[in-house]
Amino acid sequence: MATTRSADVRRAAIVGGNRIPFARSNSAYAQASNQDMLTATLDGLIARFGLQGKRLGEVVAGAVLKHSRDFNLTRESVLGSRLSATTPAYDVQQACGTGLEAAILVANKIALGQIESGIAGGVDTTSDAPLAVGDDLRRVLISLNNAKTLQDRLKALARIRPGQLVPEIPRNAEPRTGLAMGDHAAITAKEWEIGREEQDELAVRSHSNMAAAYDRGFFDDLVTPFLGLARDNNLRPDSSVEKLATLKPVFGKGEGATMTAANSTPLTDGASAVLLASDEWAAEEGLPVLAHLVDAQTAAVDYVHGGEGLLMAPVYAMPVMLARNGLTLQDFDFYEIHEAFASTVLATLKAWEDPDFCKSKLGLDAPLGAIDRAKLNVNGSSLAAGHPFAATGGRIVAQLAKQLHEAGPGKRGLISICAAGGQGVVAILES
Amino acid sequence: MSDWYRDFANSSFGTTVTKQLGLPRPAVLRRYEPGQPLLPGPAVVGSAGDGRLRDTVSALLRDAGVHVQSPATADGATDGEKPAAVILDATGLRTPGDLVSAHDFLAPAIKRLRASGRVLILADPPGEADSPAQAAARQALDGLVRSIAKELRAGSTANLIYVPAGAEGSIASPVTFFLSGRSAYVDGQVMSVSAAELPAAEDDEQPLAGKVAVVTGAARGIGAAIAAVMARDGAHVVAVDISAAGDRLAEVANEIGGTALQLDITADDAPQRLIEHLRERHGGVDIVVHNAGITRDKLLVNMDAARWNSVMAVNLQAQLDITQALLDADGVLRDHARVVCVSSQSGIAGNRGQTNYAASKAGVIGMVRAWAPRFAERRATINAVAPGFIVTEMTARMPFGTREVGSRINSLQQGGLPVDVAETIAWLSQPGSAGVNGQTVRVCGQSMLGA
Ligand SMILES: NC(=O)c1ccc[n+]([C@@H]2O[C@H](COP(=O)([O-])OP(=O)(O)OC[C@H]3O[C@@H](n4cnc5c(N)ncnc54)[C@H](O)[C@@H]3O)[C@@H](O)[C@H]2O)c1
Repeated sequence: MATTRSADVRRAAIVGGNRIPFARSNSAYAQASNQDMLTATLDGLIARFGLQGKRLGEVVAGAVLKHSRDFNLTRESVLGSRLSATTPAYDVQQACGTGLEAAILVANKIALGQIESGIAGGVDTTSDAPLAVGDDLRRVLISLNNAKTLQDRLKALARIRPGQLVPEIPRNAEPRTGLAMGDHAAITAKEWEIGREEQDELAVRSHSNMAAAYDRGFFDDLVTPFLGLARDNNLRPDSSVEKLATLKPVFGKGEGATMTAANSTPLTDGASAVLLASDEWAAEEGLPVLAHLVDAQTAAVDYVHGGEGLLMAPVYAMPVMLARNGLTLQDFDFYEIHEAFASTVLATLKAWEDPDFCKSKLGLDAPLGAIDRAKLNVNGSSLAAGHPFAATGGRIVAQLAKQLHEAGPGKRGLISICAAGGQGVVAILES
Repeated sequence: MSDWYRDFANSSFGTTVTKQLGLPRPAVLRRYEPGQPLLPGPAVVGSAGDGRLRDTVSALLRDAGVHVQSPATADGATDGEKPAAVILDATGLRTPGDLVSAHDFLAPAIKRLRASGRVLILADPPGEADSPAQAAARQALDGLVRSIAKELRAGSTANLIYVPAGAEGSIASPVTFFLSGRSAYVDGQVMSVSAAELPAAEDDEQPLAGKVAVVTGAARGIGAAIAAVMARDGAHVVAVDISAAGDRLAEVANEIGGTALQLDITADDAPQRLIEHLRERHGGVDIVVHNAGITRDKLLVNMDAARWNSVMAVNLQAQLDITQALLDADGVLRDHARVVCVSSQSGIAGNRGQTNYAASKAGVIGMVRAWAPRFAERRATINAVAPGFIVTEMTARMPFGTREVGSRINSLQQGGLPVDVAETIAWLSQPGSAGVNGQTVRVCGQSMLGA
């Protein structure tokens, strides 16, 4: 049964955003922690909107790869920032959906009148990622810690074997299948017959769109430099389909493999934050309203046993949200479909166009249909910027809100983000 | 930035060494701090002939809590404490012969002047004299004050203000500035005031309270100091710099409770984006400081077009375009608006290897002079400030010899600090400075270059 939107809640306003330039793993931010990056990102946002010493309703953020010492990552970042120390904060984590989910949480509290303002964000480092030790070594170390006498300690130490000393480096792999996310995406790409060339074209367009956006100053009020980086260092303004065609596939096997390092996002470090508020609060503070968050939806698929692709959940979330809002897929001026892999974007679009799939899997009488590709990721997306998992949602929300604001009032934008664990988050913004 | 030589010369060992070797001993200058009295001691006020400003100035000083002394009597008797300021009202001058009374007043008074003292002369402009003799007498003060400035030691300064008939009401702000610690590095300067409508009295401690001030090039150096002083004086500062400097810009904004706006002032849409930002966020602007500037040095014969064009674009064209757009945009530039443009000593004296820079900075001086009447019509002002050798990260990277010589060839025998430029700009931005318009104020410690 389709739910309907309650009419008497107010819509949360998106005031603006900030992020640090995204950096490829082990490059510019190799020495920065999640807390360093999130704090710097908050401080950039605070400077942009004059929030020094202010108490906001809350700050919500998260990281996908998190050290255990960072149990209170967001609150610690708030305490290190220029916000009032009386601003509450909490962490969330929904894999690559974290940033958008955080924005939905803050927006919902604003909509319900529980808070007037809040920041939603996300951060990830693949350079300063937590290292885990194997279970064997962990047990030895714990008994060493518990040992009372020197003899007991020596005994405990004697149990260590060289093989145990190799740490477990976190991988971008699904715990239940052991497959890398890219390998999952490759299965879906094959299923949907996504070609190599269309993937490379999408990647090239992402780079050229984002480079042009930087050149025209579009990111001047969305990005603040960090540790010597002023632009995303994954960005290749001169990338071309010919150049990309020379790359060898890295995911999938054999003849049919299409996914390369260029049409897949690299491991990336970075952070983003979005300032949300009630219209009243924004007006009182003399701050702009770029857009409103209209609605959002999450979905999950059974990629383990259910025969659905790992990154296909947004495909399921979308018709639910559209129906609730009485909109069709074509009723939008901009589409922001997160480019985890070029093939994911293309498979998502293809699924929405496919009558059989839409009928059998989504229960729709007619397919959602095609979108105008000229409205897709117009200022570049993750293939160009990179994809620090939890930071991507904040990047997209702020970027889309600004696009809508530039286009004028009454424009609509759609966000679709896939996430590990077979999850997906979609949302509608309107200026 | 530390001045090692000044600190050394003022240490007890350094004092002995510098005295024996006859080396200069640069003083630690009296600089402004909030809550500080206008002067650290009494002021002597005298006049040459029947001056019309003496009483106004004395009253102004008394209001500011300064004890006003009478000039020394003929036999040299004085009433008490050494003066911190010597003020001569020379508006009574008729002929060069009258100048002897200026000498009679100044000589004994200056002899007793304290360290970081102030000599200030007020006179009518030579251009408005009744006779050539009177014009000569008035112009003579120009040479007199510049020479006094060179003779003064221990951080004292001498300056001259020309006050035309009808502009008497405008003198409080400049007189206060030149006596206070805000003018620490302004020395040997001659400026004019004009008649202007003064807004209601302001808060002494927060003269810029409630004002919105844009400062370009605010991420570092002089711009960061301007932003800090403006905020200290009560303004909300919109700190502007290029996006590549955005992290330092954010730090500056957060430090002073202002906001950061990443904007390349040379971009085609920069004026429009700035105006939209000001309209949306603040409903308008009161103060605009065009501080952003760059150097691309090369001898003229070796200079390529890129060097020439980039310097012109940042230092001059952007100031012109943004100011014009602000004037054209309805209601953005508020009543009593203040625009201050940063020029340079190079724009006055010229500098080898800086044809592009000097041309751009001289252009700024012409620009404010030409725009002043238009601004006056709107009850606004536009002025320039020309810094001399200011100790910044930029100068810290200069070769030791060049830097040492550059910083010493002025009457105060030291480089200025960014805060000295900032204080002058903040003063020009005050509502009370309505009578200072179209001027270029040098902040150079009376540099020997272009003097
Ligand atoms: N330092 C001195 O001794 C001295 C002497 C005379 C004049 N000045 C003038 O004072 C001003 C400040 O000098 P400083 O020593 O602090 O220099 P600086 O180089 O330390 O700072 C200048 C700032 O302007 C910014 N800027 C440059 N181009 C810009 C653009 N297109 N848009 C926005 N911002 C831009 C820079 O990023 C920088 O932050 C300049 O106009 C300079 O010419 C300095």
